[in-house]
Amino acid sequence: MNVNCPLPVNGVPGIITLGHGSGGLMTHQLLQTEVFDLLQNDWLDQQHDGATFSLNGKVAFSTDSYVVSPLFFPGGNIGDLAINGTVNDLAMCGAMARYLSLSFIIEEGLELSLFREVLKHIKAAAQAAGVAIVTGDTKVVERGKGDQLFINTSGIGHIHPRAAIHHNRIVPGDVVIVSGEIAAHGMAIMSVRKGLEFETEVCSDTRPLHEMVGKLLDCFGEQVKFLRDPTRGGLASVLNEMTEATKLGVMMNEVSLPLNEQVAAACEMLGLDPLYVANEGIMVAVVSASVAPSVLGALRGMKGGEQAAIIGTVTKEHAGKVVLESRIGGHRVVNFLPGEQLPRIC
Amino acid sequence: MKYISEYRDPQLVKKYLHELYRVTTRPWTLMEICGGQTHSLVKNGLLDMLPPQINMVHGPGCPVCVTSVSVLDEALWLAQQPDVIFCSFGDMLRVPGSSQSLLHAKAAGADVRILYSPLEAVQLAIDNPTKEVVFFAVGFETTAPANALSVVQAAARGVSNYSILASHVLVPPAMEAILGDPDNVIDGFLAAGHVCTIMGTTEYDPIALKYKVPIVVTGFEPADLLQGILMTVSQLEKGTYRVENQYARMVAREGNAMAMKAIHEVFDVSNRMWRGIGTIPDSGYEVKDAYKQYNARLKFNIHLPVREEDPDCISGDIMRGHKKPVQCPAFGGRCRPEHPLGAPMVSSEGACAAYYQYKSSV
Repeated sequence: MNVNCPLPVNGVPGIITLGHGSGGLMTHQLLQTEVFDLLQNDWLDQQHDGATFSLNGKVAFSTDSYVVSPLFFPGGNIGDLAINGTVNDLAMCGAMARYLSLSFIIEEGLELSLFREVLKHIKAAAQAAGVAIVTGDTKVVERGKGDQLFINTSGIGHIHPRAAIHHNRIVPGDVVIVSGEIAAHGMAIMSVRKGLEFETEVCSDTRPLHEMVGKLLDCFGEQVKFLRDPTRGGLASVLNEMTEATKLGVMMNEVSLPLNEQVAAACEMLGLDPLYVANEGIMVAVVSASVAPSVLGALRGMKGGEQAAIIGTVTKEHAGKVVLESRIGGHRVVNFLPGEQLPRIC
Repeated sequence: MKYISEYRDPQLVKKYLHELYRVTTRPWTLMEICGGQTHSLVKNGLLDMLPPQINMVHGPGCPVCVTSVSVLDEALWLAQQPDVIFCSFGDMLRVPGSSQSLLHAKAAGADVRILYSPLEAVQLAIDNPTKEVVFFAVGFETTAPANALSVVQAAARGVSNYSILASHVLVPPAMEAILGDPDNVIDGFLAAGHVCTIMGTTEYDPIALKYKVPIVVTGFEPADLLQGILMTVSQLEKGTYRVENQYARMVAREGNAMAMKAIHEVFDVSNRMWRGIGTIPDSGYEVKDAYKQYNARLKFNIHLPVREEDPDCISGDIMRGHKKPVQCPAFGGRCRPEHPLGAPMVSSEGACAAYYQYKSSV
């Protein structure tokens, strides 16, 4: 005889509740049916507290948290960002991501279908980046204590044998290259923020950059001196961090900045400077002048690098500052952004 | 971008610069009224390209900068009331009142929201009938029509939980206050293109005549600004003082009749306190008695003590054209964008912020 208790175990159907974070049966069911079955691999099959594996040689290790709102936006979603973001952070160290941890902080009330959709994108992004999700965690917080879904990923990967990436290798005369059009991700998010929806075809540029970095290092090795993905704070912040660390200057040319016309128009409308707007699928590379044209050619031949451009040079002059030559030939300093960019009144 | 890229054309800029060097024979001090113009001048590196005899000083045309500490304190007080949703344009949030900014209040739990249009605030009031929604109606003549329309719309839809904290300022009285100052140094003005899109150009005729200053209504792109400067300097060199319109692609002499009608429906002209300058008679808009139920000051019966500015902030001297931001002892030291003493360092359109952001060492 099979006696079923009439009390439902799953709380409210179709949404995630505090019970799913209890560590009990509901947590187990959620992980089993939604996460483990989908992301299935040898490590997850063990259902242990951590993953064990061997690593030989020099590795890079990075972590990042993803709190984007809304969860889905033109060109991507929080799942894509959570994988690509950490893969890219490792790539900027010259490392190819191998293993990833994946942790969720879920706000009570998140629709299960939405969570499922995010997981599908996580799986696809991890496959595309050739990375295995080997451990993770799930917590549920009370309604109002989170914003639907936060994700943290940490990653570990082997350093490319020819990588010699360090800002102290940058010298005056080195060339600054950006691998694609700037400001697309930030403006894609802006275009769907509540109260601001505007019609545009701007899509987030989220993509993994490990292949691009791998090919560059295969071909140019130690001539690639510095790599950084200009996420929050945009291109201006990355260049300022570099000039601050090296005590060298950068002279940048406004005309050469790759900027999609729709993105530019959206920035104009809101009074935002694209130099400070976030990106999720481009990188800044500082390379020796002798290889700059070849690096540019190589990037332009790669997927996601078609719009790559040389945007400036490293200088001895104006040490510690980024200076931009405007379209009309004037000069101005491009500083760190003090706080958030706020849309203007008029 | 149509109507923008044409006015960033390096060849056109070169042509105007060449002509400007040709016609300029003496030192002239010009004031651009609008903060948007200040930013464009600095952001494009134009100031260093002008003939050395031309001294550009930066006017009071940034609504964020001239909103008085007392009005900001009113905004903060409102934001901290229970059951109030306080709505504002983004760049007002960082401006310090006498104790803190709206951004601080928001972080401490006040329901402060950034909106892009006051009409959204009316909808917010409809969607939240148990809350009081207050919109911070700041700005020059440019933002006044939409703010007025929000009140008209709230009245028409019977929305009783909506009101505005009006702190509108008007350009012509500020120009007169600057020109009437015995220490006035301004020889000519670039009037603010966007303000004139609404109000037209006729109200500047008597000012040009009375103070014998050329006034050129000017746009915001590099070629606009250079052409505006060229037109002003050409008048000065010839000794004429007319109102001219460089921004004719946007500005009609008679302005925008519908926008002005909305303004006059809802607002009366009133005295207004300007940050750093003081009270200027008839230089602002206040909600008319007919719409007094939409006036947050009356609705919430706000009576706060009048506060003084930080004594180290010389924003008044800057906005009257007596000093440049870099001449302020606090500039870049005690006063920085992340810790502003006065509003010109806060707003993205403030002269001090423009100098700090783009000009700190080039």
